Amino acid sequence: MTTSAPAIELKGISKSFGPVQANKDISMSVARGTIHGIVGENGAGKSTLMSILYGFYKADRGEIWINGKLTPIPDSQSAIRAGIGMVHQHFKLVENFTVVENVILGAEDGAMLRPSIAKARKLLTELSEEYGLKVDPDAVIEDLSVGHQQRVEILKQLYRHADILILDEPTGVLTPAEADQLFRILERLKAEGKTIILITHKLREIMEITDTVSVMRRGEMTNTVKTAETSPPELAEMMVGRKVLLQVDKTPATPSDVVLSVEDLRVSRGGVERVKGISFQIRRGEILGIAGVAGNGQTELLEVLGGMIAASGGRVTLFGDPIDITGKHANGQTRRARGIGHVPEDRQTEGLIMPFEAWENVAFGYHKDARFNSGPLMDHAAMKADCVDKMARYDVRPPNPRLPARNFSGGNQQKIVVAREMDRAPELLLIGQPTRGVDIGAIEFIHKQIIALRDQGKAILLVSVELDEIMGLSDRIAVMFDGHIMGERLPDQTDQNELGLMMAGVTETEGAA
Amino acid sequence: MDKMPKWADVILIPLISVLLALVVSGLVVAIIGESPWQAMQVMVRGAFGSAYGWGYTLYYATNFIFTGLAVAVAFHARLFNIGGEGQAAIGGLGVAIILLNVAWPHWTVALVAAIVFSAAFGAAWAAVPAYLQAKRGSHIVITTIMFNYIASALLVYLLVNVLRVEGSMAPESARFSEAVHLPAAADFAGFLGFGGSAPLNFTFFIALLACVGVWLLIWRTRLGYEIRSFGHSETAAVYAGINPVKITMITMLISGGLAGMMAINVVMGEAERLVLDFVEGAGFVGIAVALMGRSHPVGVVLAALLFGALYQGGAELQFEMPAISREMVVVIQALVILFTGALDNMVRMPMQAFFLSLRRRREAQAQNSPAE
Repeated sequence: MTTSAPAIELKGISKSFGPVQANKDISMSVARGTIHGIVGENGAGKSTLMSILYGFYKADRGEIWINGKLTPIPDSQSAIRAGIGMVHQHFKLVENFTVVENVILGAEDGAMLRPSIAKARKLLTELSEEYGLKVDPDAVIEDLSVGHQQRVEILKQLYRHADILILDEPTGVLTPAEADQLFRILERLKAEGKTIILITHKLREIMEITDTVSVMRRGEMTNTVKTAETSPPELAEMMVGRKVLLQVDKTPATPSDVVLSVEDLRVSRGGVERVKGISFQIRRGEILGIAGVAGNGQTELLEVLGGMIAASGGRVTLFGDPIDITGKHANGQTRRARGIGHVPEDRQTEGLIMPFEAWENVAFGYHKDARFNSGPLMDHAAMKADCVDKMARYDVRPPNPRLPARNFSGGNQQKIVVAREMDRAPELLLIGQPTRGVDIGAIEFIHKQIIALRDQGKAILLVSVELDEIMGLSDRIAVMFDGHIMGERLPDQTDQNELGLMMAGVTETEGAA
Repeated sequence: MDKMPKWADVILIPLISVLLALVVSGLVVAIIGESPWQAMQVMVRGAFGSAYGWGYTLYYATNFIFTGLAVAVAFHARLFNIGGEGQAAIGGLGVAIILLNVAWPHWTVALVAAIVFSAAFGAAWAAVPAYLQAKRGSHIVITTIMFNYIASALLVYLLVNVLRVEGSMAPESARFSEAVHLPAAADFAGFLGFGGSAPLNFTFFIALLACVGVWLLIWRTRLGYEIRSFGHSETAAVYAGINPVKITMITMLISGGLAGMMAINVVMGEAERLVLDFVEGAGFVGIAVALMGRSHPVGVVLAALLFGALYQGGAELQFEMPAISREMVVVIQALVILFTGALDNMVRMPMQAFFLSLRRRREAQAQNSPAE
């Protein structure tokens, strides 16, 4: 074979799960030594395609060619042998093992560990130098930052002689600075002749780092273009199939009296203080955005305000009246009665009961309302009627109240939660990760709803790890890091760099960690 | 989209599981040199061939309905109540105490009292494991099993030392008075041919009522909604303002109460006194009944009927075919439990694949684009 054979060539890959055709006749070719992006909405079939390439699933039809050779990949062992490595969105590391131990795990040379570890340590040092992947081989994983853990994942693949690296949403858990470092590493790897496939939904990353990009929609690969010859709006249009508004359209806020006031709030979980004395206020007609890398106390903040967990200290008032944050006399239902709506961060484990049908979910948390009950029994007819009404007004598709929540797409699941929590026009709306795993069309819709609620004079606390979303929606931005609020900024007086540094805990100018 | 039609999940899979169990049972019977076909006939005839057989089958089924419902209710909150055995035993204690110590004028009033006391005692026995689970996180499977042994030991002590009739050698309480004897099948359904010897009694109707009650509770009330929410996702329940401690306690109290009510059938309806070990494994069979009945009251009734028939048919089998010992009958019952409960997926997976391929072929014919 000539050296010009593509690193990966997929020919007519098809795969269905039951009635759903996840991949339909997909052909793709990635040249060696390039970075190839794959974008598409949730459920477009990106993950399925990569799972086929990595041997998790077997394609119903089609062929995989690696370096010009037909290579069947029935399992992940074959994928590793073919030189394919995958870095998952959720790392597969043993938390209390050291870096070296994690790297050799599953690739030990024999029953005794000592020779393998010695060999791995030497190789790791070489690899680290070669690719600029600096990691202490003897550090324990749980002590490393998320960015460094990701490096270990990459090193693990390189140690297994991977020539083709698949990265699935690699920046989801990184600060902007860490993401930048990752991109520098990927460029190094590319320069050394590695081939990289980057799966992401962030168009900015595609534009920044990839050479070519493929767009997937509804199981099909609709376009493959050179990155230099396209633009984010064009990519978005290819993904959704129609023109979309990437920018949120809104008028300046007109905040009036204070709705929510939080003073010196402290929250502990599992013996660790997660929120370390934060204070802020939200006024009517205002959106306060909380930016931050996941796991810096935002979840606990939302859960305390939503009545799910107890705080360990501090004071919270709604319109000047105290709210019980000790967890003794309050829960989600008493919060709702006070006019606090709550769209939780995780719709699948919190906001919805996945096996429940839509009409049951639309009453969830409000199931004691008089209008859903008649005497001792629940009024199913009233619940269904309410669901039909909300589905129509919030554009939930398919508008079938009898469908279990798990059978809706991510975006439509989120619309069900949003409809339930926003429709009562709460005085204060807590909303966490409103568009995580939601398709672009639904993102646009949900953003419009949030702005509309603000324009009705309601207060909104928005928590999101998507900086674009925070900057697009918020009237004020607070950045959380390690349980503290690092500072507040106005969206038109700051930029991604400044917020990114604050998210990494950097207050003054100093080198990134 | 669901993987297969509901009727296949509810009816076809249990049916295939039972058939498989019977085939394997048949093999076992053949191995010991008896005719499986003949054994099958004896069992079916024994269970359903006469009013006498029906009288026993439905009597056993009544027990299994109560214990099956008990497990089913707990399942909805994802609690695994294995303590039906002990809760039923203590429920029997409640029945005996109230029936022995009050001069009841009529069986109807006594029945109401027996229902209240059996349920209250059973619930009380479930309350301690429930509290330990809700507050301390002690696993309810472990604690309810341990409570079975405690209940058993307690009953032995009470029957030998406290409740035993003076001068009697048998560890059993005094007989209840004539007035509290429940109508037997011969009394209310004599026209169907039920004779005096069949143990089927009025409690059967209480069991059916309990089914209706459980159905209403789980699918029509706020409490049932909260129980199901909690069972599917505890974090979601907390999000909705549902108190996990409260739901765990209430669900287990209801579950224990239902298990306790099983004692009405045996203690009040049949033995008419409290005897040792009267539960005879019904608490454990309830687990299989709830599993097979998909935790739905209708399914529980059908599964209870099947296990009632296995019990009664098995007894006949022992009687008519001496080569098939009691242990053999237990093997057959165990095979049914194994196939319907533990090996459920063995049947489910191929059936799902079958229905999927069926649907795909239909869709290919209809030339539809795939659903979104």
